[in-house]
Amino acid sequence: MGVGVCIKELRKVYTSPPPMAAGPAGFGTMGARGAAPKQKQKKAFEIVALDGISLEIRPGEIFGLLGPNGAGKSTTIGILTTRVRPTSGEARIGKFDVWRQQVETKRLIGVVQQRPNLDFSLTAREILLFHGAYYGIAKGERARRAEELLQRFQLVTRADDMVRGFSGGMMQRLSIARAMVHDPEVLFLDEPSTGLDPQTKLLLWEIIREYNKNGKTILLTTHNMDEADALCHRIAIVDHGHVIAQGTPAELKAAIPGGYLVRVHVGKGSPELVERLQLLPGVTEVRADGNAVDLYADRGGALIGAIVAAVGESGTELCDVHISEPSLENLFLHHTGRSLRA
Amino acid sequence: MNVKTFLAMLARDAHVARRNIWALLTQTMLQPLLFTFVFGRVMTGSGMMPASYKGMLAPGIMGMSMVMTGIQAVSMPLIAEFQFTREIEDRLLAPMRIEWLAVEKILAGMIQALVAGTVVMLAAWLVLGGEVGLNFHRPLVFAAVMVLVALLSAAGGLMLGCSVGQTQIGLMFSLVIAPMIFFGCVYYPWSALRGFPVLQKLVLLNPLVYASEGLRGALVPQVPHIPVAVVAGALLVIDAGLIVGGLKKFYGKAVS
Repeated sequence: MGVGVCIKELRKVYTSPPPMAAGPAGFGTMGARGAAPKQKQKKAFEIVALDGISLEIRPGEIFGLLGPNGAGKSTTIGILTTRVRPTSGEARIGKFDVWRQQVETKRLIGVVQQRPNLDFSLTAREILLFHGAYYGIAKGERARRAEELLQRFQLVTRADDMVRGFSGGMMQRLSIARAMVHDPEVLFLDEPSTGLDPQTKLLLWEIIREYNKNGKTILLTTHNMDEADALCHRIAIVDHGHVIAQGTPAELKAAIPGGYLVRVHVGKGSPELVERLQLLPGVTEVRADGNAVDLYADRGGALIGAIVAAVGESGTELCDVHISEPSLENLFLHHTGRSLRA
Repeated sequence: MNVKTFLAMLARDAHVARRNIWALLTQTMLQPLLFTFVFGRVMTGSGMMPASYKGMLAPGIMGMSMVMTGIQAVSMPLIAEFQFTREIEDRLLAPMRIEWLAVEKILAGMIQALVAGTVVMLAAWLVLGGEVGLNFHRPLVFAAVMVLVALLSAAGGLMLGCSVGQTQIGLMFSLVIAPMIFFGCVYYPWSALRGFPVLQKLVLLNPLVYASEGLRGALVPQVPHIPVAVVAGALLVIDAGLIVGGLKKFYGKAVS
């Protein structure tokens, strides 16, 4: 029952700009490799998008790939959906090797790309019907499924309109409906809620959970930690083509030292201030970068008085204090020193 | 190959073509009909051209229409779908090897080119009247040339559609299509270039020459033309090259 996904030591090095398969954000912030500028000019184009990623997604699981743009999320999905050739490593869906058994793999998967890619020459209903036909579903059955999905995704009133005039949210809903027509065992959703209003986002989350209840495996990518937190059974946080942390949302949040993050901005940072802050009760780690100091602690608001005092004693002034509760965002920040939204 | 998937994709293309039938017919018919009328009726009717020019012109116009229809039918959607709308992604993910989608595109383009050729031939007959002198005494030769020309147009469309960027479409028409038409022996037979020996050799690189001359050989064997066997051989070689090159380019576009 259910189909799992397994990738081992997956690497992808682009030697030319990816034309379309990796998606628009597939390599956004990744730098080309090459040390000195002179060498770079001589070197051929090279972008390391994935640098030995390994993941095991269990059958029937909602698994989230969380990371900023350019982390390698879309390339991972591209490889798992046969659209990107892996440079090395292995990717399997169920018992099939994705690269060597493409047709068998494609029968098992449904894909919602980051950017709507609907067939503009067809109506919403025709899109679902032709999609069903591509998978060899009989005429009556595909008409039934199309109707059912149009209703589920609240698209019935526009079912026979050309999709060219649809809003972004409607296109996204139809893209997801299309991916479900052939009832795939594994559903890939690349940034599914980008650009959706809160109401549609909730409808989408409900549909994803409902689809998963039928034993289907879902792999979604997101840079929205709330979405990952709300939907996923397990999460892998990726950055620069590496998995930097993996586990259930609760496990990952528990792994943040101290849980709370208190960001303090002072007039003038000093080693003395860092020392004083480290001695405060409940503080597990202090990181200073110029006038900005991050404190990881097991409490938030209760520390403020002590922080104000410590700053005053070290002879500088307090400019700003911000408290973040335990979150995946903090975890990402802890591992990379950068914000997930950056 | 997955036959059901392949046929469903062909059905999709047919459905879209049916929906746009009037636009497609206008796009295919208007220019050839204007050429046929001006060169075949006005010029011959006024005595500036001999009546025999009609027979020479009709197959050339037909070949041009077929080649242009096939090229446009395959290349224009591909340029947009790969680079801008990404509509093709759903079909790339269908349970069939990616190359078969390119083959389906070629087949759909061929059908459109064959329809265009037939419609233009009938229309030319109507515009030019009986004097055009088309004969169908060698139906098999005619059918073979039609299929080879249709394949040339669709495979050429695949090659161009996967090679040209969205911003270069205008350039494609002015740099590739326009010289191809004017040096494609559409309005004159290849033998008419005998006074320009270098040009006469150079135009042999233009695939449209074989389309025009092949159809002349099949439909109006009484006018001068390159022997049909030579044309068929050249078309076979060019078609094979375009199919191999086009499939390779298509695959390169579809998979990173």
